[in-house]
Amino acid sequence: MIRTITATVNNSSGVLNRITGLFARRQFNIESITVGVTENPEISRMTFVVNVDNDRALDQVIKQLNKQVDVLKVRDISGDTIVARELALIKVVSTPQNRSEIETLASPFRASIVDVGRDSVTLQVTGDHQKVEALIDLLKPYGIKELARTGATALKRSSKSQSQELKYSFIQ
Amino acid sequence: MSMDLEVEAKMQAAEQTDTQMSGSQMILQSLVEEGVDIIFGYPGGAILPTYDEIYKKGIRHILARHEQGAIHAAEGYARVSGKAGVCIVTSGPGATNVVTGIADAMIDSLPLIVISGQVATNVIGTDAFQEADMVGITMPITKHNFQIRDVQEIPTVMKQAFHIATTGRPGPVLIDLPKDVSTNVGTFNYPKHIELPGYQPTVQPNRLQIKKLNAAIKEAKRPVILAGAGVLLSGGSSELATFAKTRNIPVVTTLLGLGSFPESEELSLGMAGMHGLYTANMALHESDLLINIGARFDDRLTGNLDHFAPNATIAHVDVDPAEIGKNIDTDIPIVSDAKRALEILNTSKEENDGFTAWHEHLTSYQKENPLWYEEDGETLKPQKLLELIYEETNGEAIVTTDVGQHQMWTAQYYQFDEPDHWVTSGGLGTMGFGFPAAIGAQFAKPDKAVVAVIGDAGFQMTLQELSILQELNLPVKIVIVNNASLGMVRQWQQLFYEERYSHSLFPIQPDFIKLAEAYNIPGFKVENPDEARDVLKKGLEMDGPVLFDFRVTSLENVYPMIAPGKGHQEMEGVKP
Repeated sequence: MIRTITATVNNSSGVLNRITGLFARRQFNIESITVGVTENPEISRMTFVVNVDNDRALDQVIKQLNKQVDVLKVRDISGDTIVARELALIKVVSTPQNRSEIETLASPFRASIVDVGRDSVTLQVTGDHQKVEALIDLLKPYGIKELARTGATALKRSSKSQSQELKYSFIQ
Repeated sequence: MSMDLEVEAKMQAAEQTDTQMSGSQMILQSLVEEGVDIIFGYPGGAILPTYDEIYKKGIRHILARHEQGAIHAAEGYARVSGKAGVCIVTSGPGATNVVTGIADAMIDSLPLIVISGQVATNVIGTDAFQEADMVGITMPITKHNFQIRDVQEIPTVMKQAFHIATTGRPGPVLIDLPKDVSTNVGTFNYPKHIELPGYQPTVQPNRLQIKKLNAAIKEAKRPVILAGAGVLLSGGSSELATFAKTRNIPVVTTLLGLGSFPESEELSLGMAGMHGLYTANMALHESDLLINIGARFDDRLTGNLDHFAPNATIAHVDVDPAEIGKNIDTDIPIVSDAKRALEILNTSKEENDGFTAWHEHLTSYQKENPLWYEEDGETLKPQKLLELIYEETNGEAIVTTDVGQHQMWTAQYYQFDEPDHWVTSGGLGTMGFGFPAAIGAQFAKPDKAVVAVIGDAGFQMTLQELSILQELNLPVKIVIVNNASLGMVRQWQQLFYEERYSHSLFPIQPDFIKLAEAYNIPGFKVENPDEARDVLKKGLEMDGPVLFDFRVTSLENVYPMIAPGKGHQEMEGVKP
């Protein structure tokens, strides 16, 4: 099962190494990882999308992260109402003939053309995982020359609406 | 007092608290602030400034002959004293030589402070002479590690390092000290408080879970306590004794938990696990309430998880929340210091039914399935040797071992009645651990008898530390359980590899007695079982170090045994 976990960590050297090393050593599968500084320059936020087999494995991911001295707070936000965004840059084969067609296709996704070449255009799209996937699928028939994607980064929404999914609760 | 004098006094006070020091002076002064009175180590290029301060300051330093010896000695010291063991080594090979000991301390939760020299900050990352990335190498095998980049960080890092190493679930902390940082000068002001928002171990149990456990005990018919190293590390042995006795619940220990509950007590069922006692394993298997206090459900204890305590409600007290539910689904999780949880459990006076039938059942198991071995009238049985050591030390010695057959025989036949008398490499299973660990244990308890029970193979991995015994006339008694083989490997090859003894029999051995003589240490070789007791007695009574080479039955196996992949109920070799 795919889970989204965020962690606030000390913004010090080697922290990313500690976390990725831990994931590798404990055989946790990371789908994506994003890191960036928060409003407090001494603290970074990491967002992991992990693929775990069962609740016990998920429990271990969170507990092992929590054990790290440089990790301040860990949350599994999968069940919460969250804003999660990815960014993708997609370089598509394009001729002057079909350029406007691609533009039309991109507009409902609010994707923008950020670079134009003689035989290609580069689109930038931001959104949740499904939206990015959908646009990529639509562009495939034109021929994707290059694709660069970030992982997801996420925040909890301010308004709370309880979701049906079981939420992880810490022991005590 | 005039204003001038007052100001002057204040300035003087400020000077005293904000002294200018070099980095290496700060390291040493921090050790003094933390109450460290002994260091185990080995000098080298990058750590020279610190060794210069050791020379000047006169802090007690034990020079090992190999860094691995230094770190195992620090581990032995930590296990017996309850304080952090301190080990100082140089960069590169000096530091990589302590990696085994760091991993050993990590998995067995021993508090260590390891200070490794490092090349100067301006050449880090250039593959400089004797450079190794120790922070990277030890990241997964330390509780935490630091590289100090600025001399001003030293007091804070040292304070944090000791705090992290010794609190919560103890563990090793490495501090990587670049050479230029150790010579730079800064202001020394040792912090009184620690700010580590990411490290806040839970040591107080949740009252609701304690209530649940009390209720479960009330309901139980076949409860059992599984006591692990957490009881010893928290200093909770007497609280455990009170808990077990007032509730009348039998106690099983793990390998590392030996001594947490007196083995001579009627409620003690002894050690469980792969080579544990039949009754101890069956008590776990048949229990309806398993109260794990400070053990981590290691695979050598549990055997096949599918068969583990199938009918039991599992309660688990552990200061490390990540251990709860890691291997075994837990019904009553209690994140707490073991001692603290026991203290709170001991305040409630829940009634129970006395578990009479359960005790009778277990007693009959004990009577029918005692430990056994068969004398052959010719050779000295290793089990017999351990019985003799137990008798001749009145069961009061601090005993250390490596890993393997001799370790299991010691665990089985030496009855530990007191806490912190047993030092062994449990989780990592490190050969070469026992002898240097005995050296550390002896420094922790100079007046106690310390016996290193080791195999002939493991001894050859760290025997260079005989120099320490000679140099300081340290009265460690070395007992080599000599079967001229890598005993446990050979046993597994016999049982699971159709007796193909691949590199487990030692055709050539050094003359251990001559070896001892080379270090001016008296040595006794015993081949005749009839002489064993007298020689042992004589050697143990000698003041200084002694080495015994006991030639034991060569193809003896450790029984009973849970074969790999089997459950507790499937023990083999329970009866002759």
